[in-house]
Amino acid sequence: MIVYWECLRGIVLREWLRFVLQRSRFLSALVRPLLWLLVFAAGFRAALGIAIIAPYDTYITYETYIVPGLACMILLFNGMQGSLAMVYDREMGSMRVLLTSPLPRAFLLASKLLATALISLLQVYAFLAIAWVYGVQPPPWGLLSALPALLLVALLLCALGLLLSNGIRQLENFAGVMNFVIFPLFFLSSALYPLWKMREASEWLYWLCALNPFSHAVELVRFALYQRLNLSALLVCLGLTALFALLAVLTFNPQHAALRKAG
Amino acid sequence: MRLSHLACAITLGLACHTALAATAYVSNEKDDSISVIDLDTLQVTDTLAVGMRPRGLLLSNDNRLLYICASDSDRVQVMDLATRQIIKELPSGADPEQFALHPNDRWLYISNEDDALVTVVDTQTDEVLAQIDVGVEPEGMAVSPDGKWAVNTSETTNMLHWIDTSTQQLVDNTLVDQRPRHVEFDKDGQRLWASAEIGGTVTVMDVEAREILKVLRFEIKGVHPDKVQPVGVKLTDDGKYAFVALGPANHVAVVDAKTYEVLDYLLVGRRVWHMAFTPDQKRLLTTNGVSGDVSVIDVASLKVSKSIKVGRYPWGVVVTP
Repeated sequence: MIVYWECLRGIVLREWLRFVLQRSRFLSALVRPLLWLLVFAAGFRAALGIAIIAPYDTYITYETYIVPGLACMILLFNGMQGSLAMVYDREMGSMRVLLTSPLPRAFLLASKLLATALISLLQVYAFLAIAWVYGVQPPPWGLLSALPALLLVALLLCALGLLLSNGIRQLENFAGVMNFVIFPLFFLSSALYPLWKMREASEWLYWLCALNPFSHAVELVRFALYQRLNLSALLVCLGLTALFALLAVLTFNPQHAALRKAG
Repeated sequence: MRLSHLACAITLGLACHTALAATAYVSNEKDDSISVIDLDTLQVTDTLAVGMRPRGLLLSNDNRLLYICASDSDRVQVMDLATRQIIKELPSGADPEQFALHPNDRWLYISNEDDALVTVVDTQTDEVLAQIDVGVEPEGMAVSPDGKWAVNTSETTNMLHWIDTSTQQLVDNTLVDQRPRHVEFDKDGQRLWASAEIGGTVTVMDVEAREILKVLRFEIKGVHPDKVQPVGVKLTDDGKYAFVALGPANHVAVVDAKTYEVLDYLLVGRRVWHMAFTPDQKRLLTTNGVSGDVSVIDVASLKVSKSIKVGRYPWGVVVTP
């Protein structure tokens, strides 16, 4: 048992060191959602208020609406960046060093997922603190009730990133991930606009957004931030996290890079 | 013995709980009804049919009677809140919109919007005591806490009309900004606050001298100035805050009632007009006409905690303990 703990501690510590040493990574993870909040949302301020939708009890400004979506955006980018790091690790061989550990591969990958997720949470809370100062203030206890939701969403997106990294053979292919995964997931979701607005524009766009797992992730966090449970979003996120993690472990092949080099 | 103590405690607890539960009555202008809101659960518990186009609402001093301006029925209806039945109708004059009750709990001063009149009705004898000529389209109405003054606003003449209640005569007029909609005395009757809807201002007056002390203006980031149209004004009894409903700006301004500095703007529903405090003044309710709801403001934190759907075009609101 101690061996497992030591292994998990080592992997988390490595991610932590990487996070601390790469200050620019932390800053860029914060700057991105802050630009959306302070610039984009200011343009669409909706000073006259957005119609009431659950979980909100009254009228809100656009800034208030997009904060949960932007928190999830941090998790999304980190999840995908995790997949980039995984490809890098495989190419540089450090992943193979890790896999020389006698512990089960599933445990090692799960530890890696958890480590990336925990680091992501730090960034999310830094963002929520700035948003609080800016005036977006969910109930204080909501910040605590959002923690398990954020952790689950972080794991979900890291698992997705891990799964994708298994399909990426070269570092250069990461641009594809940006275009074909991050952007559609983010823009076709309830992160930036309520889904009823999408429905006014187009029924099929609405359904794409409604079925998008990222919408469920955003709504889970949004509800939790206001101390409510969105059960359907929770079940979808739990199910997908398990599915993606399982597929990631099953399809993981550290030989990809080695084979390519050998070839 | 212990069981009886427990039973007593539960009974007392229940009694306290019931005593704390205030009730709000909201007139729905386009539904000809009154929505009843339990302020404990913040749910609409009943909807009462009343006369046509109910607007201004008032409570008798003992909170047992609800006076309703049924504008298109051309009368003021009186509802017994114990039975929630209309028990009589008062001769109000044409198109009553707002009214105010004298501290003697008898004289009702009613604005007759279409007739440029203020009608004074004795609520006990149901007789019209006086009809006083005022400016065009009279609307806002308030009686000073000492009962000496009744002040009316006329929307088109842009004036406050000072009526001496001892003679029921108009004795003075004050020109204010365009379209004055509402007047409110502070608790000790020294200041009078008057909103001007088109002018976008609130004028604060010294009652003794009948002189203007301050004209307040409002500016909300991201909202066009034309939309800033002050209507309802409510003042806390401790003299700390004035709340000003800003109509289609969908915000309530919070003003420091001593320095006249605007402290904050609170986002509520669409086209907010009138407001009422709960008896403990811990919460303020606003009627949002276009969005058809009532927003609840927590006075201590100056945050909007909830908006409750009511009927179509909620207009007036009162709260009983």
